[in-house]
Amino acid sequence: MTYVLQQLLNGIQLGFVYALIALGYTMVYGIVRLINFAHGDVFMVGAFVGYFTLRALAGVTLAGASWLNGILLFLLAMLAAMALCTVLNVTIERVAYKPLRNAPRIAALITAIGVSLFLEYFSSLKFVFGPNYITFPSPLPAQTWEIAGLRISAIQVLIAVVATLLLLGLNYIVRYTKIGKAMRATAFDRDAARLMGINVDLTISFTFGLGAALAGAGGVLYVSAYPRVHTFMGIIPGLKAFTAAVMGGIGSLPGAFVGALIMGVAEVTAKSVYSTMADGVAFLILILVLLVKPSGIFGRAEVEKV
Amino acid sequence: MLLQVENLHVHYGAIHALQGISFHLEQGEIVTLIGANGAGKSTTLKTICGLLRPTAGAVYFRGQDISRLPAHKIVSLGISQVPEGRRIFAPLTVRENLEMGAYTRSDRREITQSMERVFASFPRLKERLDQLGGTLSGGEQQMLAMGRGLMSRPELLLLDEPSMGLAPILVEEIFRIIREINQQGTSILLVEQNAHMALSVANRGYVLETGRIVLEGTAAELRDNAQVRAAYLGG
Repeated sequence: MTYVLQQLLNGIQLGFVYALIALGYTMVYGIVRLINFAHGDVFMVGAFVGYFTLRALAGVTLAGASWLNGILLFLLAMLAAMALCTVLNVTIERVAYKPLRNAPRIAALITAIGVSLFLEYFSSLKFVFGPNYITFPSPLPAQTWEIAGLRISAIQVLIAVVATLLLLGLNYIVRYTKIGKAMRATAFDRDAARLMGINVDLTISFTFGLGAALAGAGGVLYVSAYPRVHTFMGIIPGLKAFTAAVMGGIGSLPGAFVGALIMGVAEVTAKSVYSTMADGVAFLILILVLLVKPSGIFGRAEVEKV
Repeated sequence: MLLQVENLHVHYGAIHALQGISFHLEQGEIVTLIGANGAGKSTTLKTICGLLRPTAGAVYFRGQDISRLPAHKIVSLGISQVPEGRRIFAPLTVRENLEMGAYTRSDRREITQSMERVFASFPRLKERLDQLGGTLSGGEQQMLAMGRGLMSRPELLLLDEPSMGLAPILVEEIFRIIREINQQGTSILLVEQNAHMALSVANRGYVLETGRIVLEGTAAELRDNAQVRAAYLGG
């Protein structure tokens, strides 16, 4: 029983990180009907920016860092990653996707794959991030607590707290702010939004930026728990987060969150049974969802407009 | 002159939808464009508010050429459109829909005042404030669409088929409110298939046929015109 709960806990930890990525997928899809396949690579850039920020601030070794110091450094690294990813994703949208706004959807989709490959291979160049694996220095002391037989690490607490705060922040922005309401209005009916005086281009940029900020934060959180940074690290978490978004119903924010938690738990469960099965289970879920309920848990079947 | 449309041409790909139409609207007027399906009425409204780009010609609002401005800038100049089919934001609440109508404004107190004014015209909306737009009935959605259009406090309101799909009693109600909005100082450009109702509220009108204006005059003149009676008023 304890073992099951422990796995559940580990799964939720992973699920929180997936949620941060999946929300970006689903928000962008909601507003421009595009699966932004470069989103996982924005997550990767976030991890690198976090790494370089930490290194610049504290040197490679953080061992012996105090709690307060560690948390502060971590937050600075995360904020830097969020800021840079926002700029990156807004730029990608302006340069690569905006000119295709009225083109067939498949054109933008192929472009997204192109942007994804560009980010992966360009950042692998020696003078960018380089092709090697880098170990991410743990910002927090390697502390674990035992509560009712469950082992909880400092990193797990950090992920849960930071991700929860970010998700609450996102919820607030989308539900209660003017730009958040404009996002929802634009996602539902772009021309009607224009007639309200909403600057649709700006709103779309904001959505890409918001999604990227979450992905950037997710990148830093992810490598804090699984400390290997490399330029292709965004592919698999990106695809899993995409699966989570599809499972929840692409376009639905609560759907992406629930889907991501299910994904995280499913993956950790599979891994605990047979360690190389984790990725297979993730994509088995994708196939099953697409076969059984392609509109997802919270999604509505979309009517093609003609 | 509040609005002046000059020799406007619009294409949808190879289709020449507007073939050089010109008309105008004075401050305080209700002007109607009538015509059959596909005559170019909605195209005209969409071009005025910036959703479509003319291939030639110009639209002047208070003397300024607005035909190349993006739609959101045109709203802040004082033109608001209530689109055909209402286009309510279904997943947003009634309150949020109204707030979107006031998107170009920032003074919260004034926005609240505008909302009160909308409730005075459409008391039903006040009871439905926290309901999702998509759950309203057709008549309520039309009221919400018009209320939302008024939230930017436009000088010129463009109404595209406000009576479409509504029961006769609701049509009467909507047209009573159109008159009321006009009396409070908003000029109105009204597009309608229901020519009878449109000519009963309008000061003047234009008849469109396949992208051209074929007839114009005061509402009374058009009502008495044999051609109009035969084609649009059922004899």
